[in-house]
Amino acid sequence: MDSESTPQINITIDGVELPVPKGTTILDAAERIGVVIPRYCYHPGLSRPAVCRMCLVEVEGAPKPLPSCVQEVQDGMVVRTDNAEARKARRAAIEFLLVNHPLDCPICDAAGQCELQDYAFETGQLRTRNVEAKAVLGRDHVTEDIVYFADRCVLCTRCVRFMDEIAEDAVLQVINRGHKGFIDTMTGELFEHPFSMNIVDVCPVGALVNESFLFKPRSWDLDQTASVCPGCSQGCSVMLGAKENRILRAKPRFNPDVNSYWMCDHGRSAVVNWGVGERIEVPMVREGGRLAPVDWSRALQALAEALGGKPGTARAVVSAGASNESLFALRRLMNAVGFDGGEFRVVTGPESELKGFPKLRLRADRAPNIRGAELLGFRRVDDPIANAAGHTGSLFVLEDDLNGAPEGFGGTAGLFVYIGSKMNAAARSTAHIVLPSPTFAEMEGTFTNYEGRVQRFGQALRPPGLTRPLWLSGSTVLARLGHGEQLPTAGAAFAALAAEFSDYTGMSYENLGQYGAMVASSPTAVP
Amino acid sequence: MAYPHEHPRETRVLSKYFGDKDAVGIDGWIERGGYKTLDKAFGMSRDEVIEVVKDSGLRGRGGAGFPAGLKWSFMPKNGDRPNYLACNADESEPGTFKDREIMRWTPHQLIEGIIICSYAINAEHAYIYIRGEFVDVVRVLNGAVVEAYERGYLGKNIRGSGFDLDLTVHLGAGAYIAGEETGLLNSLEGRRAEPRVKPPFPAQRGAFGMPTTVNNVETLAAVPGIVENGADWYRQWGTEKSPGTKLFSCCGHLRRPGNYEVPLDFNLKDLVFDICGGPPEGREMMAVIPGGSSVPILTVDELDCEVSYEGIEAAGSFLGSGGLIAMDDSTCMVHAVRKMVDFYAHESCGQCTNCREGTAWLAKILRRIEHGQGREEDIPLLLDIGSNMAGKTICPLSDSAAVPVVSSIQKFKDEYLAHIRDGSCTAVR
Repeated sequence: MDSESTPQINITIDGVELPVPKGTTILDAAERIGVVIPRYCYHPGLSRPAVCRMCLVEVEGAPKPLPSCVQEVQDGMVVRTDNAEARKARRAAIEFLLVNHPLDCPICDAAGQCELQDYAFETGQLRTRNVEAKAVLGRDHVTEDIVYFADRCVLCTRCVRFMDEIAEDAVLQVINRGHKGFIDTMTGELFEHPFSMNIVDVCPVGALVNESFLFKPRSWDLDQTASVCPGCSQGCSVMLGAKENRILRAKPRFNPDVNSYWMCDHGRSAVVNWGVGERIEVPMVREGGRLAPVDWSRALQALAEALGGKPGTARAVVSAGASNESLFALRRLMNAVGFDGGEFRVVTGPESELKGFPKLRLRADRAPNIRGAELLGFRRVDDPIANAAGHTGSLFVLEDDLNGAPEGFGGTAGLFVYIGSKMNAAARSTAHIVLPSPTFAEMEGTFTNYEGRVQRFGQALRPPGLTRPLWLSGSTVLARLGHGEQLPTAGAAFAALAAEFSDYTGMSYENLGQYGAMVASSPTAVP
Repeated sequence: MAYPHEHPRETRVLSKYFGDKDAVGIDGWIERGGYKTLDKAFGMSRDEVIEVVKDSGLRGRGGAGFPAGLKWSFMPKNGDRPNYLACNADESEPGTFKDREIMRWTPHQLIEGIIICSYAINAEHAYIYIRGEFVDVVRVLNGAVVEAYERGYLGKNIRGSGFDLDLTVHLGAGAYIAGEETGLLNSLEGRRAEPRVKPPFPAQRGAFGMPTTVNNVETLAAVPGIVENGADWYRQWGTEKSPGTKLFSCCGHLRRPGNYEVPLDFNLKDLVFDICGGPPEGREMMAVIPGGSSVPILTVDELDCEVSYEGIEAAGSFLGSGGLIAMDDSTCMVHAVRKMVDFYAHESCGQCTNCREGTAWLAKILRRIEHGQGREEDIPLLLDIGSNMAGKTICPLSDSAAVPVVSSIQKFKDEYLAHIRDGSCTAVR
């Protein structure tokens, strides 16, 4: 971070002069002018052992090339990352790695996202002059879900250092010395850690692989979407990878204030499994005692008529997994007939902290938008279903699966609207109107995390069938009844929310940025 | 005397009592004048002790030849963190076995040097990091440390000086790379003996993150004599840039292998042929490595030089540790180099890509050439691998591994070509 007090040093990199704060390394300085020096063992979230020797650059006056990841800038330093000496050093490191590296690209998950491939192509060092037999070391599990392909390992030690420095549970080590080295636990047994999957992310090659992802997609088949993990209230920034309209993985996205470069294992599997299974694909309206599939025009008409017919004040059972925009849309619908309160329940689980980055933990509250729901006027209770049972006015259920609801739940309501992604017995037997709801991955939106940070997530998948977000359908209905305008986009819905709820005053999709923003009522200090 | 053979042309300062069983124990050592320099040292200021060692021009005897007094002067004088001394007794450079002799014949000489150095650099705790394979030596050394404590030369308020010093003998576990100073420090801390990136240097951040001086056994053993007799006394031997005497561990094809101590202006050819007696009967000397396998090989015609740092450098090699390896014409140079490279491949800590992969690759190629399956292009390949290994790593093991390959190809290319072209060997049987 630049500050007024840090002295600036003038250096030249590849002919470009630039001032750089004292204490900056050559590698970091180079990135400021868009020069990305190849590297393996360097990772911005970990220590810098300078062992891979990929980042060697020429510094005028130095007798030998220097590792740019640790070499701090000196006044008047002249650096070349692209001249013959630097290139020879770089190609040397790649050739040495390729001496024993098996050319597994056709069967290796890392293909297309492999730093060895990338740098080999970048430098043109595509072969080695090695004609000797390659070492064969085999493969082995290190955790139940992570497989280690020892032959591919470049011994960058990022995985060892993640477990040591960030998880603060130094279970992985380099075993043996020299060319016989490989990574394993000290005893060879499997280890468990709630953040173990991060070692797969940091591995620059295909040595560490998530077995549930193994051989599924090729990396270039994946469509990547920036999103927020819905697994708990932490709200880690993530990148969803989807192929053929199915999420195949979630990787963490850097966010200095929420999750740094990391995310927990629970979140990854939660994301992949989210919304999987049979879905409500079309709106339904009860006609003649049975729920019949209808098109949106009929569904909106039915809802407009029902609301217009004074069905009684509205109570709701909602989900803290619903987006701010969906919950806001529900509030507006409920306000149209008189808001009588809404509640939600939260599944909890054991909490796990990531000691090396204490702000990040797998939170006990396994829902992404608890704070968001609360700020929109919904209350967290143990049993929202019991509180809503027997309500005679209008009853809305938004994305709660109604597990455990008593038989006949909702039967007393004058109007029961179920908005969700999966059908259940209660809705099937008593709901008057059923609207299919997209999962978080199937629409744009925002969540407000445990500390009040509002973060945007993008749409990664097409929702099934005729599914539409509630802010679109709900606002359309209300517009017909003369209550406000249609909100055609998530951004418009959020803008309307921000105009109405003072915690969000001044916020918009445009200014939320990559890392989100804090709601007005949040303490700015770290909890 | 030097051990096991003595020669009248030696100048025995450090090795005076080698072979003298009575010099080992503390009583015998004190009889021979041991430990009397301590009182003199404690009477001087710490800076005065550093100055006399600086003026003497004593250079590190582990292989790097860095001026010892200068190294001591890098230590913080009045810091808020404890200073440490680490004595490097890991002696693993192939061909070197002099520190072993100092420790098993005159352990108290080393201890006395350690005490004086610790006083000068204001260290209250010193470590001797000794290779674990030195089982017998460790026994002797431990005995000497116990004796020193018992007589009050170690522990609290040594000789009433107010200076406290604890000395710990720490065993290595079989790694050459633990002889690299920062690899040593990591091993001392209980970690893998992996060298550290420098800077920071040990005097800033060493053992346990504290300022540390690392010195070789032979270097520290020379200290009592210098403090007792003064810088000029030490400078009576050797040259301006390479004062003093040095132990040469002479091994290989020699009539009289062993340790010999000579002043640093001695002639290398005389050392090999006169003191060591040259090669065995009926054989011709072919090559000599003057300072351990990490320094370039000299042909028999290149030996007429001074053994000083600058003299051997001018001849095309380095003094290094003084581990002299002599090879006569019965040597297959390809085989000899392959064995050396096998050593480096075995000992590489594995951190740096170039060294980890390069040493093993070189060894495989050399083995293939040795067994008659070499190719013409292997020679430029070996040279290029060598240049890709040199100057690119955290520590110089990578450079060292390339040295015998490069220098043997430069000077003994015929041997390689014989193996490659018709699978034959030029060694004289």
